[in-house]
Amino acid sequence: MLKTDPYTINIGPQHPSAHGGLRAETIMDGEDVQDVIVHLGYVHRSVEKIAESRTYAQFVPYASRLDYLASHLPTLGYVQAVEKLLGITVPERAEYIRVIVAELSRIASHLIFAGSLAIDLGATTGMIYCYRDRERIMDMFEMSSGQRLIASYMRIGGVSHDFPDSFYPAVKSFLGDLPKMISEYHGLLSGNEILQARCKGVGVLSADDAIAYGITGPNLRASGVAYDIRREDPYGIYDRFEFNVPTGHCGDSWDRYTVRIEEIEQSGRIIEQALRDMPAGDYLGKVPRIIKPPAGREVYHRIESAKGELGYHIVSNGTDKPHRVHVRAPSFVNMMALPLVSRGGKLQDIITNIATLDPVLGESDR
Amino acid sequence: METIFIDIAEFLTSWMVGLGLAPLWADLIITILQWAVIVLIITVNTIVLVWMERKVSGFIQERIGPNRLGPFGAFQTIADTLKLLTKEDIVPARADKLIFKTAPMFFIIVSVMLYAVLPLGNNMAVVNLNVGLFYFISLGSLSTICLLMAGWGSNNKWSLVGAMRSVAQMISYEIPLAFSLLGVVMIAGSLNLSDIVTAQNRLWFIILQPVAFIVYFIAATAELNRGPFDMPEAEQELTAGAYTEYTGMRWALFFLAEYTNLVAVSALAATLFFGGGQGPLLPSWLWIIIKTYLIMLVFMWMKWTFPRIRMDHLLSFSWKVLIPVSLANILVTGAGLELFRWMGW
Repeated sequence: MLKTDPYTINIGPQHPSAHGGLRAETIMDGEDVQDVIVHLGYVHRSVEKIAESRTYAQFVPYASRLDYLASHLPTLGYVQAVEKLLGITVPERAEYIRVIVAELSRIASHLIFAGSLAIDLGATTGMIYCYRDRERIMDMFEMSSGQRLIASYMRIGGVSHDFPDSFYPAVKSFLGDLPKMISEYHGLLSGNEILQARCKGVGVLSADDAIAYGITGPNLRASGVAYDIRREDPYGIYDRFEFNVPTGHCGDSWDRYTVRIEEIEQSGRIIEQALRDMPAGDYLGKVPRIIKPPAGREVYHRIESAKGELGYHIVSNGTDKPHRVHVRAPSFVNMMALPLVSRGGKLQDIITNIATLDPVLGESDR
Repeated sequence: METIFIDIAEFLTSWMVGLGLAPLWADLIITILQWAVIVLIITVNTIVLVWMERKVSGFIQERIGPNRLGPFGAFQTIADTLKLLTKEDIVPARADKLIFKTAPMFFIIVSVMLYAVLPLGNNMAVVNLNVGLFYFISLGSLSTICLLMAGWGSNNKWSLVGAMRSVAQMISYEIPLAFSLLGVVMIAGSLNLSDIVTAQNRLWFIILQPVAFIVYFIAATAELNRGPFDMPEAEQELTAGAYTEYTGMRWALFFLAEYTNLVAVSALAATLFFGGGQGPLLPSWLWIIIKTYLIMLVFMWMKWTFPRIRMDHLLSFSWKVLIPVSLANILVTGAGLELFRWMGW
C-alpha cells in the first residue's frame, strides 16, 4: 500500500482565481481536498472605523467601495439606513431611479459572476462576452452619475442627478438585447459539456446547511430556499413590482450559476416596470444640510444586494458623525461555506466553488 | 517549384563534392544544414504562430488583438521575444539547479527531434526512417519527463502538482494516441511516413479512418497540453503549473517547445489523415504547410472556446471512452481489411 502524506498549499492571496485577495489554505492529499481554511482580511481598509470620523453624507463614497462590482447597491443600503434613522421620505421619482440603477447594478454583478466563473474554469472567451455586455451598463452609469465603477450616485434623500435624456434609449436597447445576450451565454457557457461536468454536483450546499451558516442571496436560493428580501421585507418601492424569485434544486455550483442567470432576466423585468411607471418630479428631497440624528437612536436596515443580505447597523450619538456603523457583508458570511462545500472534492472544485459563491473581497474584508 | 528544396540540396552536395570533399562529409554537412534550417523554420514559425494565436483569439473574443507594432501587429511577437531575452533569469535558491536548468533544454531538443521524420513535402523528410511513426510517438512521450523535471526541479508545490498531472495525463493519452494511429498503419502497411503518404494516393485516410482521426485529435490535444486539456499549466488553478518558477528565456523555451510540438502534431495529422503533401496545382511542401495551418487553426479554436476539463474526468475519459473506441477501431479496421482481401480487392 502506498503511503501518502497530506500537504498544504495556499490558494491566494496572490493567485489568478483569488478574486482579489482571498486566501484559502488548502490541505490536500494528491488532488483530493481534505480541508480548506479561509483567511480573509487582505483587503481590509477599516471602512467601518472610517465611518466614525466622517459625517453621514461623507460616508457614501466609502460605501460604494464595499461591493465595487455593483456600487449602487451598498450605497443604496447605506442611504436608506440613514433615511430610516432620520425618518426622511424620498421623492417618488428618486425611488424609481434608485430601483433602476440598483437592478442594473445587480445585472452587472451577475454578469461579472458568469464571466469570472468562465475564466476560472479556463474559458477565457466566456469572460469577454459577459464583460462586453456589462460594459453597456457601465456606460449607462457614466451617463447618469459621471462614474463607471464606483459611482457615489445615491444621496441621503434621493440621488445626485436626474437621468439625462440619453439614458433612456440606452437602457431600453439594453433591455431589448437582454434575451439575445442570455441565449448567447447559454450557447457559450451553459450548453458546454465541460462546464456542466465541472459545475453539476460540485460544492453541494444543502438548504439546512445554508440556513445554519447564514448564507443569503442567490447562494441560498440556489439551495432551494425562496428567500429574497425584496419580497420578504420590501424596502423602498419594491412591493410595487412583479418578479419571480428563481430557486435551484440541490444547491450545487450549477444551480448557483443558473439562479443568477435567471435573476438577470428578473432584474430586466423590474427595470421595465420601473421605466413604465416612473413619474416626473424631484430627484432629491428636502434634507437638512447638517444631519444630526438624536443621540442613542439606532437602526438596522437590510437590502438584497447582488451577493445577499447587505445590512447596515447605524448608531447615532447626537453629533454629525455616527457612533458606529456596522456592515453585515453577505460575501463575508457566504465565504464561510467554502470549507463545507469544498471538503472531499478536487483541487479544481475549490476554484469552481470560489467562483460560484461569488465573493467580492472589498465587501467581505471591509 | 515542386522539387526546389531537393534541387538546392543536390546542387550544394555536388558543389561540395566538386570542391574535392568526400561524399560522406558532403552528406554530413547537408544534414547539419537541414537541421539548421529546421531550427530556423521552427523559431520563425513560432513567432508567426504566437501572432496568429493572438489574432485568432482576438477574433473569437471580439477584440482586435495586437495592432500597434508593424502591419496588423506583426512585429509584436518580435518585441515580446526581445523583452523575454532581456529579462532577469531567476533560479530559485532552493531549486534543484541542474534539473531546473536542463528541463527546458531537453524539452526543446525533444520537440525539434520530432521533425526528423516528418515529410515536409514529397521526398523531403530529413531522415526517411522505416519506423518513422514509431519514432515520432516514442519521442513525443519523452516530453513528459521534461515537464516532470521542471516540476520537480522547481521545488514548488504548484509546479509539482502540475508535473504530476502532466505525467498522469500523458500516460493515459499516449495509449489512445498510439492505438488511433494503428488503424492507419494497418491500412498503409508501413510505419514509414513517406509510404503512408503514398498509400493515400487514391483516398485520404480521413475518409477510411474518421474515428481514428477524432481519437487522435483529442489525444493529441492532451499531449500538447493545450486547452481544454492544459492540466500541467492550468493557469486558474496552478498559477502556471510546471512553469511557475521559470522566467525569461527559460520560460520562453517551454513556450517555443509547445508551439513546436503543436506544429509537429498538426503536420503529423496532415500527413497521416489528409494525404500529406498531396494536392492539385501547388507544390507538395506548400500543401503540407496549408494543411498544417488549417489543423492548427482548429486547435486554437478549441482552446479559446472550451473551459478546462477536470483532472479525474480527463483520466476517466481516456480510459473509459478513448481507449475502448480506439481498440474497437482497430478491430473494425482489421475485419474490414480481411473482408476486402477475401473479396479480392
